[in-house]
Amino acid sequence: MKKAAPAAHANLDGVTSSPVPPMVRYLDEDGELLVDEQPMSDALALEGYRVMLRGRRFDERSVSLQRQGRMVTLAPGIGQEAATVGAAMAVDAKTDWFVPQYRELAGQLWHGYPLRLAFLWHVGHPVAFQVPGDLKMLPFQAAIAGQLPQAVGLAWGLKLKGDPGVVLAIFGDGGTSQGDFHEAANLAGVMKAPIIFLCQNNGWAISTSVAQQTASETLAQKAVAYGFPGIQCDGNDLFAVYATVLEAARRAREGGGPTFVEAVTYRLGLHTTADDPSRYEPREMHELWVNRDPLRRMQIHLKARGVVDQAGLDRIEDEVKEDLRVAWEEAQKEPAPDPTYYFGKVHADQSQRLQRQMKRFDKGDRG
Amino acid sequence: MAELTVVEAVNRALALEMARDERVIVFGEDVGLSGGVFRATDGLYGKHGAGRVIDTPLSEGVIAGAAIGLALAGWVPVAEIQFLGFVHNGFNQVVDQLARVRYRSAGRFSAQVTIRAPYGGGVRAPELHSDAFEAHFAHAPGLKVVAPSTPYDTKGLLLASIRDPDPVLFLEPLRGYRQVKGEVPDGDYEVEIGKARIAREGTDVTLVAWSGAVQLALQAADDAQAQGISVEVIDLRTLVPLDAATLAASVTKTGRAVVLQEAPLTAGFGAEVVATIQEEAFFSLQAPIRRVASPDVPYPVQMLEEQYLPNPERVLEAIVATTRE
Repeated sequence: MKKAAPAAHANLDGVTSSPVPPMVRYLDEDGELLVDEQPMSDALALEGYRVMLRGRRFDERSVSLQRQGRMVTLAPGIGQEAATVGAAMAVDAKTDWFVPQYRELAGQLWHGYPLRLAFLWHVGHPVAFQVPGDLKMLPFQAAIAGQLPQAVGLAWGLKLKGDPGVVLAIFGDGGTSQGDFHEAANLAGVMKAPIIFLCQNNGWAISTSVAQQTASETLAQKAVAYGFPGIQCDGNDLFAVYATVLEAARRAREGGGPTFVEAVTYRLGLHTTADDPSRYEPREMHELWVNRDPLRRMQIHLKARGVVDQAGLDRIEDEVKEDLRVAWEEAQKEPAPDPTYYFGKVHADQSQRLQRQMKRFDKGDRG
Repeated sequence: MAELTVVEAVNRALALEMARDERVIVFGEDVGLSGGVFRATDGLYGKHGAGRVIDTPLSEGVIAGAAIGLALAGWVPVAEIQFLGFVHNGFNQVVDQLARVRYRSAGRFSAQVTIRAPYGGGVRAPELHSDAFEAHFAHAPGLKVVAPSTPYDTKGLLLASIRDPDPVLFLEPLRGYRQVKGEVPDGDYEVEIGKARIAREGTDVTLVAWSGAVQLALQAADDAQAQGISVEVIDLRTLVPLDAATLAASVTKTGRAVVLQEAPLTAGFGAEVVATIQEEAFFSLQAPIRRVASPDVPYPVQMLEEQYLPNPERVLEAIVATTRE
């Protein structure tokens, strides 16, 4: 190590925070490939597009149903479909865990979460939280970054068992301000846990901009302090997110430990249906990002490459519409939960005290 | 059979269960080579190594949160929180996360997690090392709260807690760690969670206590006996789920009750005990139920500790008063 000249005082002028590598990009805003090779087959790209579209149309449908009073307050992921689907495509649903916050639905659909349950989530049915079968996914998480310590524990536990699985944990820009993020990232670094911290930087935490959230130049650079790599990718570029998370998953699987991936994207919709972005969101900013729509650029790319023509895209649109119709119909057939639904889901066995409460509750004595 | 302290009983239970069940892992701050600041995990690192006895970074939140993930991965985590007061740094992970794993997933997942923490006052520790914060956790559906007072119950209840399919907050009496000794069988046994214990039989007044306050209750019962009052002492052992039947049976017999807690009075767990007694045994009561607690003042620093905590005189006063009503 080079010996520094002695300083009369601690001079911090010109000391900057650590840089991160240039942002990973494959497709530009107009769907033009910026590199020689796309990181996945055309067939896979088309499937990815289909699930992105499914997520988009699901959110639009949900917002519309919410406005009609048929759904509860919900948080659409419009504009962020490439970030979540690209990440989900880069892990293996057979071995790897998907740990969501609540704005990752498109990615969850790829991982295997059924559309029918997604609708039930938005009507407030508890069965939506019962991740079905042996799907490796945790339920939606309302506490911002609250899922991260658990995701690290899960990844660490898999590693201790010699299990080949890795964990894809998703959260937002606001989540990086939470103690749970810091504590989880710190432990992940120490334990070299096989986890990908996928931060969807969508520009906003409700009405708080990223500039108000942190003085860090990037969110990715936060990883440097925890002793593992942080990297930015274009979160509206399916290929960029996929390639970045694929590499992070490979590292994790080979014992390289965690990676922080900042997917730079934008919330084109609302924080939730209770939010009114016109109060705080600059109009130009919104329009700028409308032009960076992840679906639009995939459509252009897929057509230019001859993977699909307009008629083919229209057909996918129709098929997605039909998927939604069927799933919503199925969801509506789900019987309403019994008022005592949760009494049996607090502990494996009910205490005498709870049994008595349930009996009284069931009789209508709910005071 | 051996005469052990409470902290030794903790250690024996951990050693037994780690040897019996390979899924059990112990982790927390300084639990490895150091054996824990109270030596509760002494010897485990040497026996089972760094793969199952793991020192973590100084973060109660991630200790509790990671325990959930470890359980989902198939481990049976036993996490140590060095002092209960500091678990508030991880309150979300304990109360909103760990307690709700089964509920949130509507039964798909569960968390077989035990969080051990010493708590309670009387050992001249610094701020936040002594507070009796049990009520904060008794109010979180999904979390069992166990608080034994004797070495025998500590071992049996800790084994039951580790084997319980749901999360248990296991509160260890800091004051009793080395002061309370008792016979503890060498082998495997469980004490059932949710069952109180009659620590001393009596006929005139029921005195309810748990954890570190049980010794105080027994002393006050001796003092009352000297005045001709026969006190039945109930050691709750488990706060959640509360053993209402044992409370009701005792108060039905005695007709009078005093509830003793170390924590500040307002909204303490004693209030739940009082409410339960009046629901279950109202028509047996011959006098209002009395509470003995610390005042609604944060736990003081060392010089004022003795005056702050309930003492035998105050408990006796309440016992005598209830017999005169």
